[in-house]
Amino acid sequence: MSSSPTAEAAAERVARQSYGKLVAFLAARSRDVASAEDALAEAFAAALQQWPRSGTPDHPEAWLLTVARRKQIDAARRRQTGTLAEPHLHLIAEDLAAAEADVMPIPDQRLALMFACAHPAIDPALRTPLILQTVLGFEAAAIASAFLVSPAAMSQRLVRAKAKIKAAGIPFQIPEPEALPERLDAVLDAIYACFSAGWVDAAGSEPARREHSSEAIWLGQLVAGLLPEEAEALSLLALMQYSESRRAARRDAAGRYVPLSEQDPAAWNGELIVEADALLRRAGSLEGMGRFQLLAAIQAVHAARRVTGRTDWEAIVQLYDALFLLTGSAVVAINRAVAAAETLGPQASLDALDKVAADNQISDYQPYWAARAKVLASCGDPGSSDEAYTLAIGLEADPAVRDFLQRQRQALRN
Amino acid sequence: MQYMLTIYAAEAGFAKLPKDVADQAMAAYGAYNEALKKAKVHVAGERLRPIATSSTVRVLDGKTKVQDGPYAETKEQLGGFYIIDVANLDEALKWAAKCPGAQHGAIEVRAIWPANEGRGDVKLAYS
Repeated sequence: MSSSPTAEAAAERVARQSYGKLVAFLAARSRDVASAEDALAEAFAAALQQWPRSGTPDHPEAWLLTVARRKQIDAARRRQTGTLAEPHLHLIAEDLAAAEADVMPIPDQRLALMFACAHPAIDPALRTPLILQTVLGFEAAAIASAFLVSPAAMSQRLVRAKAKIKAAGIPFQIPEPEALPERLDAVLDAIYACFSAGWVDAAGSEPARREHSSEAIWLGQLVAGLLPEEAEALSLLALMQYSESRRAARRDAAGRYVPLSEQDPAAWNGELIVEADALLRRAGSLEGMGRFQLLAAIQAVHAARRVTGRTDWEAIVQLYDALFLLTGSAVVAINRAVAAAETLGPQASLDALDKVAADNQISDYQPYWAARAKVLASCGDPGSSDEAYTLAIGLEADPAVRDFLQRQRQALRN
Repeated sequence: MQYMLTIYAAEAGFAKLPKDVADQAMAAYGAYNEALKKAKVHVAGERLRPIATSSTVRVLDGKTKVQDGPYAETKEQLGGFYIIDVANLDEALKWAAKCPGAQHGAIEVRAIWPANEGRGDVKLAYS
């Protein structure tokens, strides 16, 4: 039986909007994510077969949920008795009639599902992939390509993680207030990792990656909407929107990389910036200053150039100072040193970079060498700058950025 | 769901404690036992004698081999266990954190496999 394009489009639309909601709802009680996914996949297959004949139902979500639940019951029965399930078509028909008559809103348990996926009992490296698969329905192959793992290995790890959720009894719930900040951090980290996985590919040449960024923003909106009093949730959304507002400006017409300081603010997406500003203001009025609020605030200062025409580097250095106090991260220290070149001059910036290098293992960190190369050139040491550019070029994977660094090095030599 | 909390701690350290401190530690376990019972989550719980008293048994080619000592030599040793019955892993982890052993050792938390549950999970977990 072939399916008509409209039924397919309807199924696809429902899949996109409702997939995570239906998985979360089906899995919440049993904690069995894998069986929820299987049942839902069968329900979608049934929809593609039946909707072209009988028309798209008035309440497609309820229809899918009813079929999926029946499939779950069948599967459970098969597991228990080891026999094939009896045909339940008449039961399904009755259930469907009931579902159409009495449409209850399906409670949104996606956040509970995300907390289960980002539970401390789950390997941190698997939390983001799990959320991508369960809430967004991503295929293991697409996730694997963004996380540089083989699809077979990724799908095996995801299967094991889902088995752990069920067998270890990881709850589907929003944690109690005393545990919430730490657990929420894990959820927000997973979303940010998802955003970053899509951000590296600035040219958008890999659709699977780019999709990760827009899905991360969608997840960020979901979390911020469900926890509107959590400053860090609002801040993460603001941070992602500030970055997203500059996506197009990161490349010129010829596809060459354009660093932030040289971007034309007119090419930024003003609507996203206005939204991000509002989110950040609201976060600032709530309790709980954290990492994402500081990161978003730094982006807000950069975004303000669109209105003021200048960048307040003093403010940026101060924000990086606060962020370093909070995280002690070498990456933050490097960014602070770069910003300090604008306020204290290149020599102070170079001293700061030396100190970071002495305290940390960063010899293979590309941004360190790129920052160092730029500062050394300003210090009037073209020889050392050339060497640093060469290392940065060797460590860079993005061809557009590599090309940019090569041009910088060439300018030095001319 | 039932969970087993296994308590790992450095045995030698406990033996070296002055008497009043050791008494205090035992009293802490007494209070913990009471709390578990009061919350109606206590199923079982025992302290084990030192590892020097342990024997490890294997049957090879039909012959029983008994070895002196624990299964694995580790820096911290299995010193006792609890079985508790709670709603989910978060509840179990909360009780594990309250166990006096968590202050100076580590508590491993594992769900007990119900006897009436099929083998479906084995396939899932090891496929």
